[in-house]
Amino acid sequence: MVQFNLPSNSKIKKGQYYKDKTGSKNIRKVNVYRWDPSKNENPRIDTYEVDMDNCSSKVLDILNKIKNEIDPSIAYRRSCAHGVCGSCAMNMNGKNGLACTKSHSELDGDIDIYPLPHLKVLKDLIGDLSTLYKQYESVEPWLKTTKINDKENIQTKEDRAKLDGLYECIMCACCSTSCPSYWWNGEKYLGPAVLLQAYRWIIDSRDEDRKERLKKVADELKLYRCHTILNCTNACPKGLNPAKAIAEIKKMLATA
Amino acid sequence: MSSYKIIDHEYDVVVLGAGGSGLRAAVGLSEAGLKTACVSKVFPTRSHTSAAQGGISAALGNMGEDDWRWHMYDTVKGADWLGDQDSIEYLCKEAPAAVLELEKYGVPFSRTEDGKIYQRPFGGMTKNYGNETVQRTCAAADRTGHAILHTLYGQALKHNTEFFIEYFALDLIMKDGACKGLIAWNLNDGTIHRFRSHITIIATGGYGKVYYSATSAHTCTGDGNAMVLRAGLPLQDMEFVQFHPTGIYGHGTLISEGVRGEGGYLVNSKGERFMERYAPKAKDLASRDVVSRSIAVEINEGRGIGKEQDHVHLHIDHLDPKVIEERLPGISEASKLFANVDVTKEPIPVVPTVHYNMGGIPTNYKAEVLTVNGSEKTVPGLMAIGEAACVSVHGANRLGSNSLIDLVVFGRAAAKRAAELVKPGMKHDEIDRSETDRCLDRFDKLRNSQGSNPTSELRLSMQKTMQSKCAVFRSEKTLKEGVDEIRKPFEGMESLSVKDKSLIFNTDLVETLEFDNLIRQAITTMDSAYHRKESRGAHAREDFPKRDDENYMQHTLSWCNGSKTKINYRPVHRSTLTNDVQYFPPQERVY
Repeated sequence: MVQFNLPSNSKIKKGQYYKDKTGSKNIRKVNVYRWDPSKNENPRIDTYEVDMDNCSSKVLDILNKIKNEIDPSIAYRRSCAHGVCGSCAMNMNGKNGLACTKSHSELDGDIDIYPLPHLKVLKDLIGDLSTLYKQYESVEPWLKTTKINDKENIQTKEDRAKLDGLYECIMCACCSTSCPSYWWNGEKYLGPAVLLQAYRWIIDSRDEDRKERLKKVADELKLYRCHTILNCTNACPKGLNPAKAIAEIKKMLATA
Repeated sequence: MSSYKIIDHEYDVVVLGAGGSGLRAAVGLSEAGLKTACVSKVFPTRSHTSAAQGGISAALGNMGEDDWRWHMYDTVKGADWLGDQDSIEYLCKEAPAAVLELEKYGVPFSRTEDGKIYQRPFGGMTKNYGNETVQRTCAAADRTGHAILHTLYGQALKHNTEFFIEYFALDLIMKDGACKGLIAWNLNDGTIHRFRSHITIIATGGYGKVYYSATSAHTCTGDGNAMVLRAGLPLQDMEFVQFHPTGIYGHGTLISEGVRGEGGYLVNSKGERFMERYAPKAKDLASRDVVSRSIAVEINEGRGIGKEQDHVHLHIDHLDPKVIEERLPGISEASKLFANVDVTKEPIPVVPTVHYNMGGIPTNYKAEVLTVNGSEKTVPGLMAIGEAACVSVHGANRLGSNSLIDLVVFGRAAAKRAAELVKPGMKHDEIDRSETDRCLDRFDKLRNSQGSNPTSELRLSMQKTMQSKCAVFRSEKTLKEGVDEIRKPFEGMESLSVKDKSLIFNTDLVETLEFDNLIRQAITTMDSAYHRKESRGAHAREDFPKRDDENYMQHTLSWCNGSKTKINYRPVHRSTLTNDVQYFPPQERVY
């Protein structure tokens, strides 16, 4: 029989409460999703009281402070700390973003930090992005050209400008994991991040494989699960517009 | 230690690291038909190459006359004559083809009016052996590293490179002085992997995180450098740490030299364009060590800006907003995010910030790792490329935009050399169990640390010591204190505290292993700096303000066993690779 209830171990429990030990007058409560795969336990929400008088401006600074000063066991990805590597994508007060560029002053009340939605959780805030990476691979993200010489391809400024708003994508997955269609059909629908990448190669004037590329994505599930909900564009921490890229692909297919 | 599950692999070549150089090597190796594994602690596009902004140097001559020999002269001079000129010749001569190859791979370079790759001026890049400024730095707006990294990852996918992602490398496997592979910990499932390979290529980047304030990513911990030290091999020129003149004050985020290339300039609290005094000709586009020292002098002499008079201002508010939008969009975003500054209206507060390690694993221009035993010799089975390597093309100071070109030129050279040395399917040596045991002993000991010193505290202590004792200006006094103090966090590891004992994404243990790597590099950096009693490039001694070519036309080699170091020297190569260019003898270095 079909099971409609969530499995029992998916229920989130109340976790530990870490009281401030610094005596700070400026405390903020930070609730963090925790799950340890090596223990046979349900996920839980740990709460940390954080001294905001000695904390820099971004959510990542809070997490680093917790890890360095309160609880070293908390696990999350981070690297560049200025919004170019895409490692620290997570859900903060209900919205996806990069912890390193999100100012905590923009978040109201207690801060709730969760992994990106609808990913298999590997540990704490670390989600499994392997499906998305495989989908990225499937759009063949490399230039296809038959020109074999030792000169550069000539590309006009106008043609190059068509790549703006696309090549900047850092593959943080904030957009795809905010998309209800991707939540529902994530195995088959390519999702906004990968479709934006697909469009980046489709629209590159140097690429000779446009027709084939369009044909490959012209699929009920791969492309047309986009129902223009626009969560993707709203979520992108780099200010890109994946919904528009998807619309452009659809337009090219409709007018081809 | 038998409790760890070990999974064995055999590859012709293993590349450790998936940034610009590692990916370029992997592509070349796959093209050559060698069975290649690329092991990385982060997903490739998360690597720190993504943070490179301004561009990649190559004498393409798209924006006026240029010559690779001029590029070579600038690099030799930028390096303050500590670079090996055979390697520098190779770099500059191969650079144009390497950039054109990237364009063919699909890098979205900015374009000139006639559709060629756009090139911008950069510090120290000149025409006709040190005359006027030349436009040599090829750019994809101010996101060149990001564009190159993503493109190279695409190429690696095209060539079906086998990736082992989120694997943390622990140690090299050595046998009779040769490298036979490496051991890594899979963070995804907690298993230990032993890779046997004929050649291991280290491409793990720099170790900026030994300092408190750096433009480097959290992951820049020089893991490969430390593995080399633990294998009993030396690191080279570790005292040469580049401070980038323009990190955002208070946060350390990089503001590209491309900003000054496009016309930006620095001012002090009196509103003076002070670089005119220090570098009358090149001004704000003098090489980085010169500009960083100038800023430090302005601040030390009381002409810094702000309440604490501890930074200066970088102006681009005079530029056409359209130029900023087209060529510097990324730094506009970063300035808004981290300094709350609208660059079209206000200056950016900046301060010299640790940015790049000229030092690293000594190699020749074929990327083969070197050591000395009487004379120079290569280490069989081991190569190094990118920031982890010290080829040495950057000598005592790297020029801006020479790092990205270093990645692809030597990434390619490593693949080429490996393809000469290894034939597909060659048989692997048996390896003694003791190498694995030694590696896992260290791993297990760190994992089960029950002491009282959290890794974060020891790391902070190391970072503060490096920041205060081994900074832009150094002296006998600060370095002597530094040599003593830097050993304290190392000794602190005897009572280390690691709370998380699990094996899947145990980031407490990852940070501890990274600290164990960092502290060894901090010690070698401090000791190397203490022993070099001259000023050259990024190593500025207040007590020895002059360059001493008689005694120090030599690369420092430092071995490190525990907290004990051994310092030795190796002469700088004083000849070129071919007769296409003449050796540039040392001159006074003025900009």
